[in-house]
Amino acid sequence: MKRYLPYIIAGLLALLPLAGLSSYVMHILILVIMWAVIGMAWNLLSGYCGQVSFGHAAFFGTGAYTAGMLYSKLGISGWWGIPLSVIVVSVFALVIGYICLRLRGPFFALATLSMGVILRITAENMVDFTGGDLGIMIRERSWVEKTWYYYIILAIAVGTFLAVKQVMESKLGYYFVAIREDQDAAESLGINTTLYKTIALVLSAVLTGFAGAFYTNYMGYIDPKVVFALHDISIVTIMVVMVGGVATYWGPGVGAIIMVLLAEVIRSIPTLGTAHQTFFGILLIVIIIFLPNGIVGDFAKLKRMLGMAKT
Amino acid sequence: MSSVQLQVFLQTVIQGFLLGGLYALLGIGMTIIMGVMKIINLAHGELMMVAMYIAFVLFSAFHMDPYLSVVIAAPALFLLGVGIQKYLINPVLKVDSILPENQVILTVGIGMVLVNVATIVFKSDYRQTPVDYSTKAWYLSDFWRTSPIELSLSLPWTVSFVIAVLITGGLWFFLTRTDLGKSIRATAQDQDAAILMGVNVQRVRMITFGLGSALVGAAGCLFIPIYYIYPDIGGQFTLIAFVITILGGLGSTVGAIIGGLILGLFESLTATYIGMGWAPVGRFIIFVAALIFLPGGVASLIRTRKFGK
Amino acid sequence: MPFLEIKNVSRFFGGLAAIKSVSFEINKGEILGLIGPNGAGKTTLFNVVNGFYHPSRGEVSFRTERISGLKPHQICRRGIARTFQVVKPLQRMSVLDNVVASAFLRAKDRAEALGIANDVLDFTGLADDRDVLSKGLPLGKRKRLEIARALATRPELLLLDESFAGLNPAELDASIGIVRKIREQGITIMIIEHHMKVIMAISDRIVVLNYGEKIAEGAPLEIRNNPQVVEAYLGEAQSA
Repeated sequence: MKRYLPYIIAGLLALLPLAGLSSYVMHILILVIMWAVIGMAWNLLSGYCGQVSFGHAAFFGTGAYTAGMLYSKLGISGWWGIPLSVIVVSVFALVIGYICLRLRGPFFALATLSMGVILRITAENMVDFTGGDLGIMIRERSWVEKTWYYYIILAIAVGTFLAVKQVMESKLGYYFVAIREDQDAAESLGINTTLYKTIALVLSAVLTGFAGAFYTNYMGYIDPKVVFALHDISIVTIMVVMVGGVATYWGPGVGAIIMVLLAEVIRSIPTLGTAHQTFFGILLIVIIIFLPNGIVGDFAKLKRMLGMAKT
Repeated sequence: MSSVQLQVFLQTVIQGFLLGGLYALLGIGMTIIMGVMKIINLAHGELMMVAMYIAFVLFSAFHMDPYLSVVIAAPALFLLGVGIQKYLINPVLKVDSILPENQVILTVGIGMVLVNVATIVFKSDYRQTPVDYSTKAWYLSDFWRTSPIELSLSLPWTVSFVIAVLITGGLWFFLTRTDLGKSIRATAQDQDAAILMGVNVQRVRMITFGLGSALVGAAGCLFIPIYYIYPDIGGQFTLIAFVITILGGLGSTVGAIIGGLILGLFESLTATYIGMGWAPVGRFIIFVAALIFLPGGVASLIRTRKFGK
Repeated sequence: MPFLEIKNVSRFFGGLAAIKSVSFEINKGEILGLIGPNGAGKTTLFNVVNGFYHPSRGEVSFRTERISGLKPHQICRRGIARTFQVVKPLQRMSVLDNVVASAFLRAKDRAEALGIANDVLDFTGLADDRDVLSKGLPLGKRKRLEIARALATRPELLLLDESFAGLNPAELDASIGIVRKIREQGITIMIIEHHMKVIMAISDRIVVLNYGEKIAEGAPLEIRNNPQVVEAYLGEAQSA
């Protein structure tokens, strides 16, 4: 049963649009799934491999701009941004990794945070290339209905889930967790920690880039402040996984549901709307103090399945 | 170099140096917290923002001069810092979690709450404290009539710089000459040894976090006559403080001073010669360069010279 | 041709020498004991051989190849594995997964890695604990897990850093048995140990370090009677 759970859930999600949901509900579902993708991607690098990134907006934004600039500069469909972002984001990830991965722990975190900010400022200032603060608008939308967008992001999510699972059950997965648990021990046991951290970073970045490229096509508009956002992308990414469950397969999905719904609920109540950062901040503080491994993670702890939530 | 070019260059250097002095104060606050607690306080700039609003309120309600408000804002920030350390950070240090970076993420959460509360109370408007000396300056031609170039020294910048230097001097005295200061340094160097020597490390940690917060609070008051205040102002200063800390060498007070001055000069030069919008990029280029070429920061250079290789 | 050759190795930290021109060789198949008072530079020497530190001067060669300057993972791949004095288990992984992670070094796939890991766990007597999270193991078993993990990389030279410290008598006997069994498999061993009776009993030769310098080298009996060693070390240990 447990083995087939991902397929059952994917099947149910695939049937959902047939229920004739409103455009708003579809929008929420698309956001949840998109955030689940970003969360799973972050989890690979930070949850499993232990290299906590505060700058995933760098990869999200790079993916988004790959799609946007294909459209604005070359005049071809932004959807080509999804395959092309593999190359572009990988190159960015390799450069960022070369600089940041020599650092450990919180210093790596802060270095990645800076990378996200550098890319944002660069995108804002290279007006000829990126359009600067004006952003990029995709005038011809692919579809009016949300259904196809839903299936595309669902396909990306299912692919990401299976990829993460595959990786974590292979040699890579053992190496990632070994590096997280003790980098010196891992190195002395013959693990090329620099190489495998770089692999984790590139994989994570590429998956995040997919979500970014999708975002451009789905929303039809991007600008540097939105796609390279520190709080609304990088920090929310961390929150999705922290709330859901660090280093668990299902944590990012659970976290994405909670975070997206929470944001929507708070936004829809006028008196609370302005305080949504406070709610997020308090939620983050409470989770860290009381459920440090997230909802799924500390659920698993009860079952003595802490760490690698393997079957 | 023509005299105009020289004038621009010298003015830029002066400006960078004054900015650097304030940056140093900001950086010292973060570096002593990092030295003792081994954590990065990502709510550092947000604490500064809180101090700026305290000064703003004191100014609007009682017409208290922003420089004078240091004596209220800094102690208030000290208490806030102690509270944060005692009730939020300390419990997390004891929690067993997969990612030790939890503490850093926690400070992000604290920062988010502070910014948001400030937004609710004060709205997102840009505020300032209109003091009558805010545009006053000394001009070189006032002292040297035949000077071929004209340079100016802004009064509020200079006063802020001087106060920052005084506070730094006071801190240095505290850390090197008082028992409490010595226990803070001992804890930063070797916590286990400090415990063996009878230092109450729990207390030292609380005081250190309070002290770091008070320093950044003081820096906030010094920035007020120069900057606008708005709730999001803290984020960039958190990053600046972090860059200074890396540049100076983790936990090194002297390094933070030098790092602050370097960063101030560099940003000022970037703004003059490349463009205002790129000044923050200059900041990060310095940061990345320090990570790659000078992993131990300026402090490692000082150490190398002292002990040889 | 020596198996491992340590030639004039020095390592400085901020001007202070942790080891000063130390030279000795290890022959294939022997157990070499490395002893000396606290702070003598034993673990530093391990860190140099294993690649965590690069020697400030001198060089280390393994089977005629110069290995100093390589990274730890490269040295491990060439056949040198180590344990840590302060154990470093991969805490949130089970005992089995700890060993599987290192077994991947010589395994094509997960099945083969599992095979190697299970063999090693049987060999070291940890088979019953294979599903326990390693942070839940008692110290004695954690020390043995260090050995198991190192063995799973299929080393030719094994560096054991105080693998017997803090063990109770029963665990001690078991561990000594394991070390002897490892040697029977043809694996060369260099061992740091404070427990004098153990080191005298299992070592073929002993090297003594004091303040970073080699002060003696020889068979256990020679070492026991070397006045310099007695002065520097044994006196202190025997009185303790």
